[in-house]
Amino acid sequence: MELEDAVTVPMNISYRTIVPLVFAAVLCLAGSAFSQPPAARAEGPAAPRPPAPSLTRPASPAKPTGADGFIQRWLLLEPIRVPGQLTEAAVRTAVEKDFPVTATPLPHDGDTLKVGDGELKWHAVDTTNYNVNLYHYAYALNKPTTNVLFWAVTVVNAPREMSGVRLAIGSNAASVWWVNGTEATALYNDRQAVIDDGVSKRLTLKQGANVIRAAIVNAGGATDFCARFLDENDQPIKTLTATLIER
Amino acid sequence: MLITKSFASRISRFAVATACVLAVPLVALDGQPGLHDPSTVIVENGKYYVYATGNGLPMSISDDGWTWRRAGGVMQAVPGGKPGADVIARGGNNTWAPDVIRVGDQYFLYYAAPGTQPKAAIGLLVGKTLDPNSPDYKWENAGPVVWSDGVEDSNAIDPGVFRDPTNGTLWLTYGSYFGYIRLVELNPKTGKRLYPDRKPVNVAINSEASIMIFRDGWYYLLVTHGSCCAGANSSYNIRMGRAKKVTGPFLDNMGIDMLQGGGKLFLGSGDRSVGPGHFGLLDLGDGVQKFSCHYEADLDRGGISVLDIRPLLWRDGWPVAGENFKAGTYEIESARTGTALELAVQGVPVGGLRGRGGRGGGPPPAPGAAPPPPPPPIPAQEASQVSANWPSASAGVRMSPYMLQAQQKWTITPVADAGGYPGSPFFKITIAGTERALAATGERELVVLPSFTNAPEQLWRIDQLADGTYRVMPKVVPTSKEPLALSAVGSSMPTLAKFSPETDRQRWNLRMP
Repeated sequence: MELEDAVTVPMNISYRTIVPLVFAAVLCLAGSAFSQPPAARAEGPAAPRPPAPSLTRPASPAKPTGADGFIQRWLLLEPIRVPGQLTEAAVRTAVEKDFPVTATPLPHDGDTLKVGDGELKWHAVDTTNYNVNLYHYAYALNKPTTNVLFWAVTVVNAPREMSGVRLAIGSNAASVWWVNGTEATALYNDRQAVIDDGVSKRLTLKQGANVIRAAIVNAGGATDFCARFLDENDQPIKTLTATLIER
Repeated sequence: MLITKSFASRISRFAVATACVLAVPLVALDGQPGLHDPSTVIVENGKYYVYATGNGLPMSISDDGWTWRRAGGVMQAVPGGKPGADVIARGGNNTWAPDVIRVGDQYFLYYAAPGTQPKAAIGLLVGKTLDPNSPDYKWENAGPVVWSDGVEDSNAIDPGVFRDPTNGTLWLTYGSYFGYIRLVELNPKTGKRLYPDRKPVNVAINSEASIMIFRDGWYYLLVTHGSCCAGANSSYNIRMGRAKKVTGPFLDNMGIDMLQGGGKLFLGSGDRSVGPGHFGLLDLGDGVQKFSCHYEADLDRGGISVLDIRPLLWRDGWPVAGENFKAGTYEIESARTGTALELAVQGVPVGGLRGRGGRGGGPPPAPGAAPPPPPPPIPAQEASQVSANWPSASAGVRMSPYMLQAQQKWTITPVADAGGYPGSPFFKITIAGTERALAATGERELVVLPSFTNAPEQLWRIDQLADGTYRVMPKVVPTSKEPLALSAVGSSMPTLAKFSPETDRQRWNLRMP
């Protein structure tokens, strides 16, 4: 049942609508699994799968947080296969297995990372929704969606120092989060991505760039996450922007 | 001294009882709460004051609303040491059932000076402060306000003073046991009658200890039915009606006019207390309301009459008598998220781990075969069964869906000699079956300590709110001067934040698991 839910087309878009759109997109995209603005599209061979319907290639230097404060620009590593256990101990083991999280250099779009015997690639995405649909992401890349770990990184730019704020996330399923190298919050066990499900203790965002990292572990079915910052009154902060990491 | 048993000894007795049952009743107040016919409990500079029937109008003071001490009598601060001659002439020499209110920079203290029923007067004392240690402390006799002549169908006793929040007018109800409860309007500047020539309005009958409160467009008249002063044989009970106008008519929940004996029950005898009477509102702000009353007989104190302070709840447009929080083991569930406070450790399913699948019922029996017997019951999960891997040091706190697991069950226990707040002592909150204690941190967050050490940040105040949920506050938050409350900032994150009555963030359901 969960798997079926995960591949359901959004309710406001019918198959009759999306199929020709997807077909046209497949023809237009140059090997990207994510939609691109028209000016950025290039000719190329058809991708083996349609692009992720909720994800696009970033087309601007910075992505302001939306009306509800959600961070909508991320660098996502292709999924790492893990046992898919979601207890705290299992998630910790999976997260710490392949590389030290905060000692790893910040990635750039297109970078590759050696994990185990293979190489995985970082992809920059903007989400058109409040959440980042990792099922869309992995499915479009023809990568596994079950028993996987996704790494996500973004840079959040604050117009001024902000103290007493909280990182508020939701994830399907378990996840661990870091802000500027310090673990901020974590969720374990099988769960849906609920807005503000996991909330950090009060922290301070520096003026300028702040690095947010996340590891999301999924067992089966749908997988996604959402993240935003809340102010001292638990209201979403709308004045942030998300950017890619500059080379 | 009326009270002979210390709270500590009672706690010890209840601790023994706790071993046998999940919840035990909590006695009414600590210290010296013995009194009869209490006034409204009133707060000045953080201290609580209440006045009562007796020679010189006995006064009791509390520093926290929980532990009370007798503090002499009001008449000690009145010139002549007794009611004015004008009051005695209209009524008699007794001093009964006072009520008190602050209006502007003055306190008006009304008291009954009865003679032979139904001849009585309501006298007025005016003061600047309630604190006997203040150089400004004194009460001035302002004479009789209303009286009954000994023939009419009313007995001018038991004053209840009410400030109408809609327009600032001041009112006095009084009476009666004999005949009518009556209402007159007062002058907010003097405390005396505003229209002394007008006939008082009859608002109820065959009751006493009347007082009004207001909420959401309704005036509520609370009175005491039954008879007093016979210990556990007293039939006192508090009843009420409501009206859209301050002058009535006050109808009960069945539409019966209180002038015809109507009155919805607000509070009768219960637990170990017989004969509640003399309602008084104690509004603590932020939507937290309490009420005071006395019981004619507290069976835990040998049947003497004592003061109590309890939560005031509201349901379907009527006040409801809440109960002070009782010790026991609870799930602490956020009203905002529906998730439960837990020690941040990996939970173990009740009954042990099992694979996914098997959605109940098991396979159907073979045709003609008897169904297999149901599996045996699964016992409740105890901390001792699953805590081997819990950290021995301090641990975090979070919230999760309640699944009856040991790290989600909290034992809440009153703490002796640690003070309290109106109606209750402070509590400690520990993981059931352990000494791991919930505490506030200097970062305005929460932690579970390995053991309870009686530190103020480990003591908790638990107030029941008008809707029946609870506000949970640490006695002290290190580094914070303002009081903070347990708050749900997301589905799984508890924290401490300023209490806001407008949201569910700081409202908690405390459920017996």
